[in-house]
Amino acid sequence: MAQVPLLFEMGSPGRAGYRVPECDVPKKPLEELFGADALRKEPLPLPELSELEVVRHFVQLSRLNHGVDVGFYPLGSCTMKYNPKINEDAANLPGFARLHPYQREDTVQGALQLMYELGEYLAEIAGLPRVTLHPAAGAHGELTGLLLIRAYHESRGEGDTRREIIVPDSAHGTNPATAAMCGFIPVEVKSNERGGVDLEALKKVLGPQTAGLMLTNPNTLGLYDENILEITRLVHEAGGLVYYDGANMNANMGISRPGDMGFDVVHFNVHKTFSTPHGGGGPGAGPIAVAECLAPFLPAPTVEKDADGKFYLDYDLPQSIGMVKGFYGNFAVLVRGYTYIRMMGPEGLRRASEDAVLNANYLLARLKDYFDVPYPRICKHEFVLSAKSYKEKHEVRTLDMAKRLLDYGYHAPTVYFPLIVDEALMIEPTETETKETLDEFVQAMIDICEEAKRDPETVKTAPHTTPVGRLDETRAARQLDLRWRGSS
Amino acid sequence: MYPAELKYTEEHEWVRVEGNVARVGITDFAQKELGDVVFVELPGVGDSIKAAESLGVVESVKAVSDIYSPVSGQIVKVNEKLEDSPELINQDPYGEGWIAEIEVEDPKELEGLLTAEEYQAIVEG
Repeated sequence: MAQVPLLFEMGSPGRAGYRVPECDVPKKPLEELFGADALRKEPLPLPELSELEVVRHFVQLSRLNHGVDVGFYPLGSCTMKYNPKINEDAANLPGFARLHPYQREDTVQGALQLMYELGEYLAEIAGLPRVTLHPAAGAHGELTGLLLIRAYHESRGEGDTRREIIVPDSAHGTNPATAAMCGFIPVEVKSNERGGVDLEALKKVLGPQTAGLMLTNPNTLGLYDENILEITRLVHEAGGLVYYDGANMNANMGISRPGDMGFDVVHFNVHKTFSTPHGGGGPGAGPIAVAECLAPFLPAPTVEKDADGKFYLDYDLPQSIGMVKGFYGNFAVLVRGYTYIRMMGPEGLRRASEDAVLNANYLLARLKDYFDVPYPRICKHEFVLSAKSYKEKHEVRTLDMAKRLLDYGYHAPTVYFPLIVDEALMIEPTETETKETLDEFVQAMIDICEEAKRDPETVKTAPHTTPVGRLDETRAARQLDLRWRGSS
Repeated sequence: MYPAELKYTEEHEWVRVEGNVARVGITDFAQKELGDVVFVELPGVGDSIKAAESLGVVESVKAVSDIYSPVSGQIVKVNEKLEDSPELINQDPYGEGWIAEIEVEDPKELEGLLTAEEYQAIVEG
């Protein structure tokens, strides 16, 4: 496959895809307007191209992209499920798409109703009473949640003493990072041999200094922590609150609720669990649901309904942590998430979680004889394999296998995470894939395992069919150069 | 692989003691696990440091790791060559790839460090 040239490498002097109309106002010299010293001495070396050249350039680039509309995307902990196109229809309705955030409340009742109802649905799914839709993504939800926990402890006069946030060693990296961002000290707690939180280790780190615990359940190994009620009880007994990282909520919808497990704050990744576009850096949405004790501190404004059934924005929240984002969250993403929930209904959401878990267990059952399985248990919506035996016997690493999968037309799984598994591959198929797709993927994985034994060089030098092969990451890091200067 | 004249920590640092100065680096095992080192954050000369505190940071294409000081004392010298040539840690971890020299505060701390044999048993365990 050929590489696509840069726009700067194409075109010809004087070529243009536009015509600027004649100026119909009196001209003034630029020197007079801006001052001579502010003007460039030479024109910018901008590409000079026809419209068709630009169109072809970007269409060619888009064809090199891999997305869930192109092929299977088993990226663990990311829930790359299919995004139904009706979500886009809803978000493009002019009544939503052409709103202005400063419109009068009586002209945006539909949008407010959508936010109010989405809050209610998320509260029901979380098993917690109050919701804010403001956070723009999962990690932003974490930040908002921990700011609420901090405000709670401060309101009780314990802000200076409750300084520690406990995080398991299997946690998403964002958890300890969020704790540190909020001024807490992250404290690690080990996993036990079944992949859950080690209760004895937890008891040792709990105390009057504990502000809270952050936990994902099922965790990043795809395992449900059977001791969850005991874990949340112990943290509450020590005076701390418990934060639920909702990245893995796709295993739980309609089956188990974080609120019932004893959690006080939950974030949702609308771009994972509720099928909104995911990747390319956003936009996402990371609403959080909270227990009553945290409700007074929620970001302003909240969406409320008065006695006459009119919706309004409530800014009268004296204990609020303030605003965490401009206006009311990534509204268009919320419209898509709302549409998904309404299209699926309660039974549909439960069925999605059940099928996500079934698909993951099917893949695990079919792959377990070809890889090491560090925690051989029934998994939830994802599971973790280890390729360490291939590293030891054939010097083929997980990275090599992941690169080789690209040649087979798949996006690679998450690799080298969670950190507690050597040569980890973290696979999450989601509920939207058919058995045929899963079987084809299994066959590709088995073929790569065979190649690793028979012809390791092919795997170690993969990918062979992509526009660029292995990038020299070391050189890129040691000699970072982000500016294009041309070949001359 | 594990020079016998050096002392080691469980966190994969080595120590070469000459008089009251301890030269510190990371082991061959550590550099292999990290992969190509692309950046080293060195401590400041004159800084005081306690044993097990972070002495600096090694960043590779795979991971960012703290370097833990094996002993307490004052930093008397750092390997400034690493700023431009972090690859020295990969090429010569026990020689040109040294990281810092510490004036040892309490020589007794050195007794708590691992021998080459003990360290080898841990990493190959």
